[in-house]
Amino acid sequence: MAIEVIKPGLATSVQDAGRPGYYNLGIPLSGALDQYALRVANLLVGNDEGAAVLEAALLGPELVFRKSAIIAVAGAEATPKINGQARPRNESFAVKTDDRLSFDYMKLGARVYIAVAGGIDVPAVLGSRSTYGLGALGGFAGRKLAPGDVLPVAAAPQRARAGRTAPGELVGTYPKSLEIRVLPGLYFHRLTDESAASFFEDTWTVAPEADRIGYRFRKGRALSFRDRKQPFGAGSDPSNIVDAGYPYGSIQVPGGVEPIILHRDAVSGGGYAMIGTVISADMDRIAQMQPNNLARFVSVDMDAALKARADYKARISRLRSALSG
Amino acid sequence: MSAVRYSFGGDEHIFVEIDEEMSLEAFFKGMAICGALQKRRVAGVSEICPANASYLIRFDPDVIRPDAMLRTLQNIEAEIGAADLELPTRIVEIPVLYNDPWTRETLMRFRERHQDPGSTDIEYAARINGYKSVDAFVAAHSGAPWFVSMVGFVAGLPFLFQMVDRAKQIEVPKYLRPRTDTPKLTVGHGGCFGCIYSVRGAGGYQMFGITPVPIYDPAQKLPYLKDFMVFFRPGDIVKWKPISREEYDRDVKAVEAGTFNLTIRPVTFSLKSFLKDPSGYSRQLVEVLHGH
Repeated sequence: MAIEVIKPGLATSVQDAGRPGYYNLGIPLSGALDQYALRVANLLVGNDEGAAVLEAALLGPELVFRKSAIIAVAGAEATPKINGQARPRNESFAVKTDDRLSFDYMKLGARVYIAVAGGIDVPAVLGSRSTYGLGALGGFAGRKLAPGDVLPVAAAPQRARAGRTAPGELVGTYPKSLEIRVLPGLYFHRLTDESAASFFEDTWTVAPEADRIGYRFRKGRALSFRDRKQPFGAGSDPSNIVDAGYPYGSIQVPGGVEPIILHRDAVSGGGYAMIGTVISADMDRIAQMQPNNLARFVSVDMDAALKARADYKARISRLRSALSG
Repeated sequence: MSAVRYSFGGDEHIFVEIDEEMSLEAFFKGMAICGALQKRRVAGVSEICPANASYLIRFDPDVIRPDAMLRTLQNIEAEIGAADLELPTRIVEIPVLYNDPWTRETLMRFRERHQDPGSTDIEYAARINGYKSVDAFVAAHSGAPWFVSMVGFVAGLPFLFQMVDRAKQIEVPKYLRPRTDTPKLTVGHGGCFGCIYSVRGAGGYQMFGITPVPIYDPAQKLPYLKDFMVFFRPGDIVKWKPISREEYDRDVKAVEAGTFNLTIRPVTFSLKSFLKDPSGYSRQLVEVLHGH
């Protein structure tokens, strides 16, 4: 079983649940940016929920199946088509030998997940099949897909079948304007009082520089840091710190101009002050923001972050039950 | 040093700033706490990342609650206290072709992003650090050994901090605007930190030379990368060895043939002994490298 890439789309790569444990050596988590949509797609086709799938950003790929298969498409709102005929999202369906999968443009959301029963069978590297592009590691040849690539697929599990559907209340929705919850901290105290307030007051716009490494935001007021004599080794700009580790979801503001939220292919550390961290429950939602979508940052405390996390986990449990049949 | 500062990075991380400013003492304390945490094998901890004067951990708050995680780290800090810190580690010699043609070609392409477009990066660094010539600067850069104080930014990239008094630390600003290109294996410097670019890519550090030694390779072709695809670990000690173009070309051939190997020796570093006599202790370390 194999899939041939006719057109790769803008940035399509093999991703799974990720590669924890090596961040201390600069190798980030990687894996599907929208972990919830990854689970939807996999459970629909009967895979383990963290199996390797294709993640396509902003523009879907065109693929030909060299053998029949059960597949499902989840994530962003982009109609999948087989040989030009529309197929449902969030529902498993069968494809035949030489069928061609393509997509309409992404109306809402930024990332589509394509699961194939059995999973994409590239070699696991450090325990994961996900692609880490900056390090040319994992996935298919360590890179995003290119025309002519042929992707191996493992044998379909017993549970694979067509016609499994995710209930509407358990699939993602992708509004063009979002509230993103942030736990202030790290170097938040370095901001002036005005900037500590304006960061949460302003409406920010997703910049074109939004990818698996990080999401950049613009059009809010510039942020200023308190004046100080810079500590030895920190660098001269007031937004600089002695190079340190960056949490996933942490927000840095180089030069005070444009906030950047690091995502799962994060650079693991550097010398820019982080002013807070997006809570874990909201990371999937960032992954589905398109350039020019709007965001407001909302300050929350740890209790609220843990409550949101529990809600997220409960939703995944409901998804598992709904798709276990 | 100021008091250690703890801060949650969302619901999955704790960031711990040992000190606002860089020092060997701060680095050592962070390393010691990370080592002790590693030994405890605390359930729910997925990443332990020592950095220059801080460290970062990632944990699963469904396995260990954030307040319990915080207390664990504070307890370890209290236990370590002001112990005489010793680090069992290794010293490695890394050959460098200073002033090489590849970083020179690259720096000429990005001259408008530099503080001093009229000089090369190494001429500029030599001048603002008070060295009479590039040769004198290279002698200082490759004289005393350096600690790997952090590995990251991208896969396998070491940050290095030279084992000299603060007055002798080489300090340079980063480029005014980052370059979009840096040759793979460039030896760079920004602020008080050296680095080796493990992969080709963007960068803002001043470029002094290039090493023939691959330090990150997912294919693990060289003998010293067989154990793991990333060579450097925080706490490694590095001694630069200036080499000629002929030596560089010979090393590159050996790398391509898969026969190149590194000189690596085990050492135990004592912070107390170092602080008593920095230059004498550094010399002893370098002697270990050459089999004395």
